[in-house]
Amino acid sequence: MKIIVAIKQVPDRDAQVRIDAAGKWIEESDLQYALNEPDAYALEEALLLKEKSAAADGEVIVLSAGPERVGTTIREALAKGADRAIHILSDDLGSSDALGVARLLAAAARQENPDLILTGLQSEDLGLGQTGVIVAELLGLPHATLILHIEKTETGLEVKRELEEGWFQTIQLPTPAVLTIQSGGSKLRYATLMGIKRAKLKEVKQLAAVDLAPATSPVVVLEQIALPRKQKSTQMLTGTPKEAAAALVEKLRTEAHVL
Amino acid sequence: MSGILVVFEQRAGKIARINWEALAAAQRLGDPASITVAILGAQTESPAAEIAAKAPGKVLRVEHPLLAQYTADGFCLSLEQLIRSETPACVVVPHTYQVRDYAPALAARFGQVLIGDVTGIGEGPVFTRQLMQGRLNGNYRHTGNGTCFVSVQAGAFPAQTTPAASAAEIATFTPTLDPAQIRTRPGEPFRAAAQAVDLSSAQMIVGVGRGIKAQENIPLVQALATALGAELAASRPICDNGWLPMERQVGSSGQTVAPKLYLAAGISGAIQHLVGMKASQCIVAINKDPEAPIFEVADYGIVGDVMEVVPAITEAVKAAKQ
Repeated sequence: MKIIVAIKQVPDRDAQVRIDAAGKWIEESDLQYALNEPDAYALEEALLLKEKSAAADGEVIVLSAGPERVGTTIREALAKGADRAIHILSDDLGSSDALGVARLLAAAARQENPDLILTGLQSEDLGLGQTGVIVAELLGLPHATLILHIEKTETGLEVKRELEEGWFQTIQLPTPAVLTIQSGGSKLRYATLMGIKRAKLKEVKQLAAVDLAPATSPVVVLEQIALPRKQKSTQMLTGTPKEAAAALVEKLRTEAHVL
Repeated sequence: MSGILVVFEQRAGKIARINWEALAAAQRLGDPASITVAILGAQTESPAAEIAAKAPGKVLRVEHPLLAQYTADGFCLSLEQLIRSETPACVVVPHTYQVRDYAPALAARFGQVLIGDVTGIGEGPVFTRQLMQGRLNGNYRHTGNGTCFVSVQAGAFPAQTTPAASAAEIATFTPTLDPAQIRTRPGEPFRAAAQAVDLSSAQMIVGVGRGIKAQENIPLVQALATALGAELAASRPICDNGWLPMERQVGSSGQTVAPKLYLAAGISGAIQHLVGMKASQCIVAINKDPEAPIFEVADYGIVGDVMEVVPAITEAVKAAKQ
Protein backbone atom coordinates (compact mmCIF):
# COMPACT_ATOMS: atom_id res chain seq x y z
CA MET A 1 0.00 0.00 0.00
CA LYS A 2 1.28 3.41 -0.99
CA ILE A 3 0.43 5.98 1.67
CA ILE A 4 0.90 9.74 1.48
CA VAL A 5 0.97 11.63 4.77
CA ALA A 6 0.39 15.37 4.43
CA ILE A 7 2.18 17.18 7.26
CA LYS A 8 2.48 20.81 8.28
CA GLN A 9 5.20 22.72 10.04
CA VAL A 10 3.67 24.98 12.69
CA PRO A 11 5.02 27.39 15.33
CA ASP A 12 6.14 25.45 18.39
CA ARG A 13 3.46 25.23 21.06
CA ASP A 14 5.65 26.99 23.63
CA ALA A 15 6.94 29.67 21.25
CA GLN A 16 6.27 33.28 22.21
CA VAL A 17 3.69 34.65 19.80
CA ARG A 18 3.96 38.30 18.77
CA ILE A 19 1.72 40.07 16.28
CA ASP A 20 3.68 41.56 13.37
CA ALA A 21 3.74 45.25 12.51
CA ALA A 22 1.06 44.94 9.83
CA GLY A 23 -1.24 43.12 12.27
CA LYS A 24 -1.86 40.44 9.67
CA TRP A 25 0.23 37.58 11.01
CA ILE A 26 2.70 36.73 13.75
CA GLU A 27 6.35 37.78 13.81
CA GLU A 28 8.15 34.86 12.15
CA SER A 29 11.76 35.85 12.76
CA ASP A 30 13.38 33.68 15.46
CA LEU A 31 10.18 31.66 15.85
CA GLN A 32 10.65 27.98 16.77
CA TYR A 33 8.80 25.50 14.56
CA ALA A 34 7.61 21.92 15.05
CA LEU A 35 5.65 19.16 13.36
CA ASN A 36 1.91 19.74 13.78
CA GLU A 37 0.93 17.20 16.44
CA PRO A 38 -2.19 15.77 14.75
CA ASP A 39 -0.01 15.19 11.66
CA ALA A 40 2.44 13.27 13.85
CA TYR A 41 -0.46 10.93 14.70
CA ALA A 42 -1.29 10.63 10.98
CA LEU A 43 2.33 9.66 10.30
CA GLU A 44 2.21 7.14 13.14
CA GLU A 45 -0.92 5.47 11.68
CA ALA A 46 0.76 5.30 8.26
CA LEU A 47 3.90 3.69 9.69
CA LEU A 48 1.81 1.19 11.68
CA LEU A 49 -0.18 0.24 8.56
CA LYS A 50 3.02 -0.34 6.61
CA GLU A 51 4.57 -2.40 9.41
CA LYS A 52 1.44 -4.56 9.82
CA SER A 53 1.21 -5.27 6.11
CA ALA A 54 2.70 -8.50 4.82
CA ALA A 55 3.27 -6.96 1.38
CA ALA A 56 6.81 -5.77 0.81
CA ASP A 57 5.81 -2.92 -1.48
CA GLY A 58 4.43 -0.69 1.27
CA GLU A 59 5.61 2.87 1.10
CA VAL A 60 5.06 5.96 3.27
CA ILE A 61 5.59 9.30 1.52
CA VAL A 62 5.58 12.54 3.45
CA LEU A 63 4.12 15.57 1.67
CA SER A 64 4.47 19.11 2.91
CA ALA A 65 4.14 22.62 1.52
CA GLY A 66 5.97 25.72 2.67
CA PRO A 67 9.27 27.59 2.55
CA GLU A 68 12.79 26.10 2.92
CA ARG A 69 12.49 25.87 6.72
CA VAL A 70 9.85 23.13 6.32
CA GLY A 71 12.76 20.86 5.32
CA THR A 72 13.69 20.30 8.97
CA THR A 73 10.20 19.00 9.80
CA ILE A 74 10.28 16.77 6.72
CA ARG A 75 13.63 15.28 7.90
CA GLU A 76 12.06 14.65 11.30
CA ALA A 77 9.26 12.65 9.66
CA LEU A 78 11.80 10.72 7.57
CA ALA A 79 13.78 9.99 10.73
CA LYS A 80 10.65 8.48 12.29
CA GLY A 81 10.41 6.07 9.40
CA ALA A 82 8.80 7.60 6.30
CA ASP A 83 10.45 6.33 3.12
CA ARG A 84 10.70 9.51 1.10
CA ALA A 85 9.27 13.00 0.90
CA ILE A 86 7.84 15.63 -1.41
CA HIS A 87 8.37 19.28 -0.51
CA ILE A 88 6.19 21.82 -2.31
CA LEU A 89 8.26 24.98 -2.17
CA SER A 90 6.27 28.14 -1.59
CA ASP A 91 7.11 31.32 0.28
CA ASP A 92 3.67 32.86 0.27
CA LEU A 93 1.26 30.16 1.45
CA GLY A 94 0.10 32.63 4.09
CA SER A 95 -1.80 34.54 1.43
CA SER A 96 -3.59 31.40 0.19
CA ASP A 97 -6.82 30.11 1.64
CA ALA A 98 -7.48 26.45 2.50
CA LEU A 99 -8.56 25.74 -1.07
CA GLY A 100 -5.34 27.19 -2.49
CA VAL A 101 -3.18 25.02 -0.24
CA ALA A 102 -5.31 21.93 -0.87
CA ARG A 103 -4.97 22.44 -4.64
CA LEU A 104 -1.18 22.24 -4.31
CA LEU A 105 -1.29 19.15 -2.10
CA ALA A 106 -3.84 17.45 -4.36
CA ALA A 107 -1.77 18.16 -7.49
CA ALA A 108 1.36 16.67 -5.91
CA ALA A 109 -0.55 13.67 -4.53
CA ARG A 110 -2.16 12.98 -7.93
CA GLN A 111 1.27 12.41 -9.47
CA GLU A 112 1.90 9.58 -6.99
CA ASN A 113 -1.41 7.76 -7.40
CA PRO A 114 -1.51 6.66 -3.74
CA ASP A 115 -3.84 4.09 -2.13
CA LEU A 116 -4.34 6.25 0.93
CA ILE A 117 -3.78 9.86 1.96
CA LEU A 118 -3.61 10.68 5.68
CA THR A 119 -3.32 13.98 7.47
CA GLY A 120 -3.99 15.37 10.94
CA LEU A 121 -7.52 16.56 11.63
CA GLN A 122 -6.37 20.16 12.02
CA SER A 123 -3.32 22.35 12.40
CA GLU A 124 -2.23 23.90 15.66
CA ASP A 125 -1.74 27.34 14.12
CA LEU A 126 -4.68 28.13 11.81
CA GLY A 127 -6.87 25.31 13.12
CA LEU A 128 -8.99 25.24 9.98
CA GLY A 129 -9.47 21.46 10.03
CA GLN A 130 -10.36 21.45 6.34
CA THR A 131 -7.32 20.64 4.23
CA GLY A 132 -7.73 16.85 4.19
CA VAL A 133 -11.42 17.01 3.32
CA ILE A 134 -10.83 19.50 0.49
CA VAL A 135 -7.99 17.37 -0.91
CA ALA A 136 -10.42 14.41 -1.02
CA GLU A 137 -12.99 16.55 -2.83
CA LEU A 138 -10.44 17.80 -5.37
CA LEU A 139 -9.20 14.28 -6.07
CA GLY A 140 -12.72 12.82 -6.20
CA LEU A 141 -11.91 10.38 -3.39
CA PRO A 142 -14.08 9.22 -0.47
CA HIS A 143 -13.01 10.48 2.94
CA ALA A 144 -13.60 10.11 6.64
CA THR A 145 -12.56 12.49 9.42
CA LEU A 146 -11.52 12.25 13.09
CA ILE A 147 -10.15 8.73 12.64
CA LEU A 148 -8.51 6.91 15.55
CA HIS A 149 -7.80 3.52 14.03
CA ILE A 150 -7.39 2.05 10.53
CA GLU A 151 -7.77 -1.59 9.55
CA LYS A 152 -7.19 -2.88 6.04
CA THR A 153 -9.95 -5.16 4.72
CA GLU A 154 -10.44 -7.25 1.57
CA THR A 155 -12.27 -4.44 -0.19
CA GLY A 156 -10.77 -1.33 1.35
CA LEU A 157 -10.62 0.03 4.86
CA GLU A 158 -12.47 -0.18 8.13
CA VAL A 159 -11.87 2.88 10.30
CA LYS A 160 -12.88 3.98 13.79
CA ARG A 161 -14.28 7.50 13.78
CA GLU A 162 -14.66 9.65 16.87
CA LEU A 163 -18.03 11.30 17.39
CA GLU A 164 -18.87 13.85 20.05
CA GLU A 165 -19.19 13.18 23.79
CA GLY A 166 -17.42 9.85 23.93
CA TRP A 167 -19.22 8.13 21.05
CA PHE A 168 -17.55 6.29 18.18
CA GLN A 169 -18.54 4.78 14.86
CA THR A 170 -17.04 2.27 12.47
CA ILE A 171 -16.96 3.26 8.80
CA GLN A 172 -16.13 1.11 5.80
CA LEU A 173 -14.81 2.76 2.70
CA PRO A 174 -13.02 1.75 -0.48
CA THR A 175 -9.49 2.79 -1.41
CA PRO A 176 -8.06 5.07 -2.60
CA ALA A 177 -9.35 7.32 0.18
CA VAL A 178 -8.42 10.28 2.37
CA LEU A 179 -8.55 10.10 6.17
CA THR A 180 -7.97 12.85 8.71
CA ILE A 181 -6.50 11.51 11.93
CA GLN A 182 -7.53 12.42 15.48
CA SER A 183 -4.80 12.45 18.13
CA GLY A 184 -4.43 9.71 20.72
CA GLY A 185 -5.18 6.65 18.57
CA SER A 186 -1.65 5.29 19.04
CA LYS A 187 1.40 6.24 21.03
CA LEU A 188 3.80 8.42 19.05
CA ARG A 189 7.23 7.02 18.33
CA TYR A 190 10.48 8.90 18.68
CA ALA A 191 13.11 9.01 15.96
CA THR A 192 15.98 6.66 16.76
CA LEU A 193 19.62 7.64 16.26
CA MET A 194 19.75 5.19 13.36
CA GLY A 195 16.55 6.72 11.95
CA ILE A 196 18.06 10.21 12.06
CA LYS A 197 21.17 8.94 10.22
CA ARG A 198 19.12 7.17 7.58
CA ALA A 199 16.86 10.19 7.06
CA LYS A 200 19.80 12.15 5.66
CA LEU A 201 20.03 9.72 2.74
CA LYS A 202 16.33 9.56 1.92
CA GLU A 203 14.91 11.28 -1.13
CA VAL A 204 13.20 14.68 -0.72
CA LYS A 205 11.71 15.73 -4.04
CA GLN A 206 11.24 19.48 -4.31
CA LEU A 207 8.40 20.80 -6.44
CA ALA A 208 7.73 24.45 -7.18
CA ALA A 209 4.22 25.54 -6.22
CA VAL A 210 3.85 27.47 -9.48
CA ASP A 211 4.38 24.26 -11.48
CA LEU A 212 1.64 22.38 -9.62
CA ALA A 213 -1.38 24.65 -9.74
CA PRO A 214 -2.03 28.06 -11.24
CA ALA A 215 -2.11 30.79 -8.62
CA THR A 216 -5.68 31.81 -7.85
CA SER A 217 -6.84 34.66 -5.67
CA PRO A 218 -8.22 33.52 -2.32
CA VAL A 219 -11.98 33.62 -1.69
CA VAL A 220 -11.47 33.99 2.03
CA VAL A 221 -8.94 36.49 3.38
CA LEU A 222 -7.44 36.79 6.85
CA GLU A 223 -7.47 40.57 7.23
CA GLN A 224 -6.23 41.12 10.72
CA ILE A 225 -5.17 39.28 13.85
CA ALA A 226 -5.53 40.48 17.40
CA LEU A 227 -5.25 39.35 21.00
CA PRO A 228 -8.58 37.98 22.22
CA ARG A 229 -10.74 40.10 24.46
CA LYS A 230 -11.10 38.80 27.96
CA GLN A 231 -14.44 37.20 28.72
CA LYS A 232 -14.09 37.70 32.46
CA SER A 233 -12.11 40.09 34.61
CA THR A 234 -9.47 37.86 36.08
CA GLN A 235 -7.95 38.66 39.46
CA MET A 236 -4.28 37.81 39.18
CA LEU A 237 -2.76 36.66 42.46
CA THR A 238 0.92 37.43 42.80
CA GLY A 239 3.76 36.81 45.21
CA THR A 240 5.60 33.62 46.04
CA PRO A 241 3.74 30.37 45.33
CA LYS A 242 2.93 30.18 49.03
CA GLU A 243 1.57 33.73 49.16
CA ALA A 244 -0.45 33.34 45.96
CA ALA A 245 -1.88 30.02 47.21
CA ALA A 246 -2.91 31.54 50.54
CA ALA A 247 -4.56 34.50 48.78
CA LEU A 248 -6.39 32.13 46.43
CA VAL A 249 -7.81 29.95 49.20
CA GLU A 250 -8.92 33.05 51.09
CA LYS A 251 -10.72 34.39 48.00
CA LEU A 252 -12.34 31.03 47.23
CA ARG A 253 -13.72 31.01 50.78
CA THR A 254 -14.80 34.59 51.31
CA GLU A 255 -15.42 35.96 47.82
CA ALA A 256 -16.41 33.07 45.57
CA HIS A 257 -17.88 31.01 48.43
CA VAL A 258 -16.91 27.71 46.82
CA LEU A 259 -14.82 26.31 49.66
CA MET B 1 -28.18 35.27 -5.15
CA SER B 2 -29.95 36.25 -1.99
CA GLY B 3 -31.16 34.90 1.30
CA ILE B 4 -29.49 32.74 3.91
CA LEU B 5 -29.61 28.98 4.18
CA VAL B 6 -29.10 27.46 7.64
CA VAL B 7 -28.57 23.70 7.74
CA PHE B 8 -29.71 22.12 11.00
CA GLU B 9 -28.39 18.83 12.31
CA GLN B 10 -30.67 16.28 13.90
CA ARG B 11 -29.65 13.35 16.03
CA ALA B 12 -32.44 10.79 16.16
CA GLY B 13 -34.94 13.60 15.63
CA LYS B 14 -33.43 15.81 18.33
CA ILE B 15 -32.23 19.34 17.62
CA ALA B 16 -29.25 20.40 19.76
CA ARG B 17 -28.89 23.97 21.04
CA ILE B 18 -25.98 24.76 18.68
CA ASN B 19 -28.43 24.70 15.76
CA TRP B 20 -30.46 27.54 17.28
CA GLU B 21 -27.20 29.38 17.85
CA ALA B 22 -26.41 29.01 14.13
CA LEU B 23 -29.85 30.45 13.36
CA ALA B 24 -29.13 33.37 15.70
CA ALA B 25 -25.83 33.98 13.86
CA ALA B 26 -27.66 33.89 10.52
CA GLN B 27 -29.99 36.63 11.73
CA ARG B 28 -27.01 38.93 12.09
CA LEU B 29 -26.26 38.46 8.39
CA GLY B 30 -29.57 39.39 6.88
CA ASP B 31 -33.30 39.82 7.05
CA PRO B 32 -34.77 37.06 9.28
CA ALA B 33 -37.58 36.57 6.78
CA SER B 34 -35.00 35.62 4.13
CA ILE B 35 -33.68 32.70 6.19
CA THR B 36 -34.44 29.15 5.11
CA VAL B 37 -33.68 26.35 7.54
CA ALA B 38 -32.96 22.96 5.97
CA ILE B 39 -33.19 19.69 7.86
CA LEU B 40 -31.88 16.51 6.23
CA GLY B 41 -32.95 12.94 6.84
CA ALA B 42 -35.12 10.06 5.74
CA GLN B 43 -37.95 11.33 7.94
CA THR B 44 -37.95 14.95 9.00
CA GLU B 45 -41.58 15.73 9.75
CA SER B 46 -41.28 16.14 13.50
CA PRO B 47 -37.98 18.09 13.64
CA ALA B 48 -39.28 20.30 10.79
CA ALA B 49 -42.39 21.13 12.81
CA GLU B 50 -40.25 21.94 15.85
CA ILE B 51 -38.06 24.26 13.77
CA ALA B 52 -41.03 25.93 12.03
CA ALA B 53 -42.47 27.01 15.39
CA LYS B 54 -39.35 29.08 16.11
CA ALA B 55 -37.80 29.90 12.74
CA PRO B 56 -38.57 33.26 11.16
CA GLY B 57 -38.51 32.32 7.46
CA LYS B 58 -39.02 29.04 5.66
CA VAL B 59 -38.26 25.42 6.61
CA LEU B 60 -37.18 22.90 4.00
CA ARG B 61 -37.41 19.17 4.60
CA VAL B 62 -34.61 17.62 2.54
CA GLU B 63 -35.78 14.04 2.49
CA HIS B 64 -34.44 10.87 0.92
CA PRO B 65 -34.20 7.26 2.13
CA LEU B 66 -30.42 7.45 1.55
CA LEU B 67 -30.19 10.24 4.13
CA ALA B 68 -31.37 7.95 6.95
CA GLN B 69 -27.79 7.84 8.19
CA TYR B 70 -25.29 10.64 7.81
CA THR B 71 -22.70 10.19 5.07
CA ALA B 72 -20.48 12.93 3.66
CA ASP B 73 -21.44 11.90 0.12
CA GLY B 74 -25.19 11.94 0.81
CA PHE B 75 -25.04 15.32 2.51
CA CYS B 76 -22.71 16.94 -0.04
CA LEU B 77 -24.81 15.78 -2.99
CA SER B 78 -28.12 16.80 -1.41
CA LEU B 79 -26.90 20.17 -0.23
CA GLU B 80 -25.14 20.86 -3.51
CA GLN B 81 -28.48 20.39 -5.32
CA LEU B 82 -30.32 22.45 -2.72
CA ILE B 83 -27.84 25.34 -2.93
CA ARG B 84 -27.94 25.34 -6.74
CA SER B 85 -31.72 25.54 -6.52
CA GLU B 86 -31.99 28.13 -3.71
CA THR B 87 -28.85 30.15 -4.61
CA PRO B 88 -28.39 31.63 -1.11
CA ALA B 89 -25.87 34.42 -0.55
CA CYS B 90 -24.78 32.70 2.63
CA VAL B 91 -24.88 29.19 4.13
CA VAL B 92 -24.64 29.00 7.93
CA VAL B 93 -24.08 25.72 9.78
CA PRO B 94 -23.27 24.72 13.38
CA HIS B 95 -19.61 23.76 13.87
CA THR B 96 -20.15 20.11 14.80
CA TYR B 97 -18.14 16.98 14.00
CA GLN B 98 -20.63 16.26 11.22
CA VAL B 99 -20.17 19.70 9.69
CA ARG B 100 -16.39 19.35 9.92
CA ASP B 101 -16.79 16.14 7.90
CA TYR B 102 -18.81 17.47 4.96
CA ALA B 103 -18.85 21.31 4.87
CA PRO B 104 -15.26 21.87 3.63
CA ALA B 105 -15.95 19.54 0.66
CA LEU B 106 -19.33 21.14 -0.03
CA ALA B 107 -17.82 24.64 -0.09
CA ALA B 108 -14.97 23.46 -2.34
CA ARG B 109 -17.57 22.12 -4.78
CA PHE B 110 -18.61 25.77 -5.29
CA GLY B 111 -15.01 27.02 -5.42
CA GLN B 112 -15.54 28.40 -1.92
CA VAL B 113 -13.86 28.01 1.46
CA LEU B 114 -15.78 27.48 4.69
CA ILE B 115 -15.09 30.17 7.29
CA GLY B 116 -15.16 27.68 10.12
CA ASP B 117 -15.69 27.80 13.88
CA VAL B 118 -16.73 31.45 13.89
CA THR B 119 -17.07 33.15 17.30
CA GLY B 120 -18.16 36.62 16.20
CA ILE B 121 -19.69 38.50 13.28
CA GLY B 122 -18.92 42.20 12.84
CA GLU B 123 -19.78 44.89 10.31
CA GLY B 124 -18.78 44.01 6.78
CA PRO B 125 -19.42 41.22 7.54
CA VAL B 126 -16.14 40.36 9.22
CA PHE B 127 -15.98 36.89 10.74
CA THR B 128 -13.87 36.28 13.82
CA ARG B 129 -12.36 32.86 14.54
CA GLN B 130 -9.60 31.69 16.84
CA LEU B 131 -6.01 31.03 15.79
CA MET B 132 -3.01 29.46 17.52
CA GLN B 133 -5.15 27.35 19.88
CA GLY B 134 -7.05 30.39 21.12
CA ARG B 135 -4.03 32.59 21.73
CA LEU B 136 -5.08 34.93 18.91
CA ASN B 137 -8.24 35.96 17.07
CA GLY B 138 -8.32 36.28 13.30
CA ASN B 139 -10.73 38.46 11.34
CA TYR B 140 -11.77 36.95 8.02
CA ARG B 141 -13.61 38.41 5.08
CA HIS B 142 -15.28 36.61 2.19
CA THR B 143 -14.37 38.04 -1.22
CA GLY B 144 -15.98 37.63 -4.60
CA ASN B 145 -19.59 37.01 -5.54
CA GLY B 146 -20.03 33.35 -4.62
CA THR B 147 -21.98 31.88 -1.75
CA CYS B 148 -20.31 32.49 1.62
CA PHE B 149 -20.08 29.37 3.83
CA VAL B 150 -19.84 29.88 7.60
CA SER B 151 -19.87 27.51 10.57
CA VAL B 152 -20.40 28.84 14.09
CA GLN B 153 -18.83 27.71 17.33
CA ALA B 154 -20.95 26.27 20.13
CA GLY B 155 -21.89 28.91 22.69
CA ALA B 156 -20.73 31.89 20.61
CA PHE B 157 -24.17 33.26 19.69
CA PRO B 158 -27.01 33.22 22.23
CA ALA B 159 -29.76 30.97 20.91
CA GLN B 160 -33.11 32.54 20.23
CA THR B 161 -35.68 30.86 22.41
CA THR B 162 -38.90 32.75 21.80
CA PRO B 163 -41.35 31.31 19.29
CA ALA B 164 -41.84 33.18 16.02
CA ALA B 165 -44.99 35.29 15.61
CA SER B 166 -46.36 32.78 13.15
CA ALA B 167 -45.12 29.32 12.25
CA ALA B 168 -42.80 29.21 9.24
CA GLU B 169 -43.90 27.65 5.99
CA ILE B 170 -42.67 24.07 5.54
CA ALA B 171 -41.75 22.74 2.10
CA THR B 172 -40.06 19.56 0.92
CA PHE B 173 -37.00 19.21 -1.29
CA THR B 174 -36.23 15.78 -2.72
CA PRO B 175 -32.62 15.41 -3.82
CA THR B 176 -31.64 12.99 -6.57
CA LEU B 177 -29.42 10.35 -4.98
CA ASP B 178 -28.24 6.98 -6.20
CA PRO B 179 -26.94 4.30 -3.78
CA ALA B 180 -23.78 3.97 -5.89
CA GLN B 181 -22.92 7.60 -5.13
CA ILE B 182 -22.61 6.88 -1.39
CA ARG B 183 -19.07 5.54 -1.08
CA THR B 184 -18.77 5.15 2.70
CA ARG B 185 -20.70 2.68 4.86
CA PRO B 186 -21.21 4.03 8.37
CA GLY B 187 -21.92 1.75 11.32
CA GLU B 188 -24.15 2.52 14.29
CA PRO B 189 -22.60 4.85 16.90
CA PHE B 190 -21.29 3.07 19.99
CA ARG B 191 -19.67 3.94 23.29
CA ALA B 192 -16.29 2.46 24.11
CA ALA B 193 -17.14 1.37 27.63
CA ALA B 194 -19.53 2.32 30.37
CA GLN B 195 -18.42 5.73 31.63
CA ALA B 196 -17.13 4.85 35.08
CA VAL B 197 -16.51 8.48 35.94
CA ASP B 198 -19.33 11.00 35.65
CA LEU B 199 -17.54 14.31 35.91
CA SER B 200 -20.68 16.27 35.10
CA SER B 201 -22.06 15.76 38.60
CA ALA B 202 -18.83 16.74 40.40
CA GLN B 203 -19.01 19.88 42.57
CA MET B 204 -15.31 20.54 42.23
CA ILE B 205 -12.83 19.54 39.56
CA VAL B 206 -9.08 19.85 39.28
CA GLY B 207 -8.15 19.75 35.60
CA VAL B 208 -4.59 19.01 34.54
CA GLY B 209 -2.87 19.83 31.25
CA ARG B 210 0.46 19.68 29.46
CA GLY B 211 2.06 22.01 32.01
CA ILE B 212 2.40 19.03 34.35
CA LYS B 213 5.24 17.89 32.06
CA ALA B 214 5.52 14.22 33.11
CA GLN B 215 3.32 11.37 34.30
CA GLU B 216 5.37 11.26 37.52
CA ASN B 217 3.92 14.67 38.45
CA ILE B 218 0.27 13.56 38.31
CA PRO B 219 0.27 12.74 42.08
CA LEU B 220 0.84 16.48 42.76
CA VAL B 221 -2.53 17.39 41.26
CA GLN B 222 -4.14 14.25 42.67
CA ALA B 223 -3.09 15.45 46.13
CA LEU B 224 -4.79 18.80 45.52
CA ALA B 225 -7.94 17.08 44.25
CA THR B 226 -7.99 14.89 47.36
CA ALA B 227 -7.49 17.88 49.68
CA LEU B 228 -10.40 19.70 48.00
CA GLY B 229 -12.60 16.61 47.72
CA ALA B 230 -12.57 17.23 43.96
CA GLU B 231 -12.57 14.94 40.93
CA LEU B 232 -9.45 14.85 38.81
CA ALA B 233 -9.90 15.68 35.11
CA ALA B 234 -7.57 16.41 32.20
CA SER B 235 -7.21 18.06 28.82
CA ARG B 236 -6.93 15.82 25.78
CA PRO B 237 -3.09 15.61 25.46
CA ILE B 238 -2.84 14.14 28.98
CA CYS B 239 -5.27 11.35 28.02
CA ASP B 240 -3.65 10.91 24.58
CA ASN B 241 -0.38 10.23 26.41
CA GLY B 242 -2.10 7.71 28.66
CA TRP B 243 -1.25 9.64 31.85
CA LEU B 244 -4.90 9.63 32.85
CA PRO B 245 -7.73 7.50 31.42
CA MET B 246 -9.79 8.91 28.51
CA GLU B 247 -12.90 8.93 30.71
CA ARG B 248 -11.40 11.82 32.68
CA GLN B 249 -11.12 14.03 29.62
CA VAL B 250 -12.96 17.37 29.65
CA GLY B 251 -13.63 19.12 26.34
CA SER B 252 -15.30 18.76 22.98
CA SER B 253 -14.25 15.14 22.60
CA GLY B 254 -14.72 14.34 26.30
CA GLN B 255 -17.17 15.40 28.98
CA THR B 256 -18.82 18.78 29.44
CA VAL B 257 -18.76 20.00 33.02
CA ALA B 258 -19.98 23.00 35.00
CA PRO B 259 -18.87 22.51 38.61
CA LYS B 260 -18.84 25.14 41.36
CA LEU B 261 -15.04 25.23 41.15
CA TYR B 262 -12.82 24.29 38.21
CA LEU B 263 -9.12 24.61 38.91
CA ALA B 264 -7.09 24.36 35.71
CA ALA B 265 -3.47 23.38 36.39
CA GLY B 266 -1.11 23.76 33.44
CA ILE B 267 -3.94 23.91 30.91
CA SER B 268 -3.32 26.52 28.20
CA GLY B 269 -7.01 26.74 27.29
CA ALA B 270 -7.39 25.61 23.70
CA ILE B 271 -10.97 26.01 22.56
CA GLN B 272 -11.50 22.23 22.52
CA HIS B 273 -10.96 22.26 26.29
CA LEU B 274 -12.73 25.56 27.03
CA VAL B 275 -16.03 24.45 25.49
CA GLY B 276 -16.09 21.62 28.03
CA MET B 277 -15.62 23.74 31.17
CA LYS B 278 -16.19 27.45 30.60
CA ALA B 279 -19.67 27.31 32.12
CA SER B 280 -18.10 26.48 35.50
CA GLN B 281 -19.19 28.83 38.28
CA CYS B 282 -15.67 29.74 39.42
CA ILE B 283 -12.56 29.09 37.36
CA VAL B 284 -9.02 29.20 38.71
CA ALA B 285 -6.11 29.05 36.26
CA ILE B 286 -2.48 28.28 37.01
CA ASN B 287 -0.12 28.61 34.07
CA LYS B 288 3.45 29.69 33.44
CA ASP B 289 2.41 31.72 30.37
CA PRO B 290 0.63 34.95 31.41
CA GLU B 291 -0.93 35.13 27.94
CA ALA B 292 -2.38 31.62 27.97
CA PRO B 293 -6.02 31.76 26.77
CA ILE B 294 -7.21 29.98 29.93
CA PHE B 295 -6.81 33.31 31.75
CA GLU B 296 -9.48 34.82 29.49
CA VAL B 297 -12.15 32.73 31.18
CA ALA B 298 -10.61 32.56 34.66
CA ASP B 299 -11.91 34.35 37.76
CA TYR B 300 -8.61 33.91 39.56
CA GLY B 301 -5.21 33.42 37.99
CA ILE B 302 -1.75 32.57 39.21
CA VAL B 303 1.18 32.86 36.83
CA GLY B 304 3.78 30.33 37.84
CA ASP B 305 5.19 26.83 37.71
CA VAL B 306 2.45 24.26 38.28
CA MET B 307 4.89 22.05 40.15
CA GLU B 308 5.46 24.78 42.73
CA VAL B 309 2.06 26.45 42.88
CA VAL B 310 -0.13 23.32 43.09
CA PRO B 311 1.57 21.87 46.21
CA ALA B 312 1.36 25.32 47.82
CA ILE B 313 -2.40 25.42 47.19
CA THR B 314 -2.75 21.87 48.55
CA GLU B 315 -1.09 23.00 51.78
CA ALA B 316 -3.22 26.15 51.98
CA VAL B 317 -6.42 24.14 51.47
CA LYS B 318 -5.42 21.65 54.15
CA ALA B 319 -4.60 24.50 56.55
CA ALA B 320 -7.95 26.19 55.84
CA LYS B 321 -9.87 22.99 56.49
CA GLN B 322 -8.29 22.36 59.90
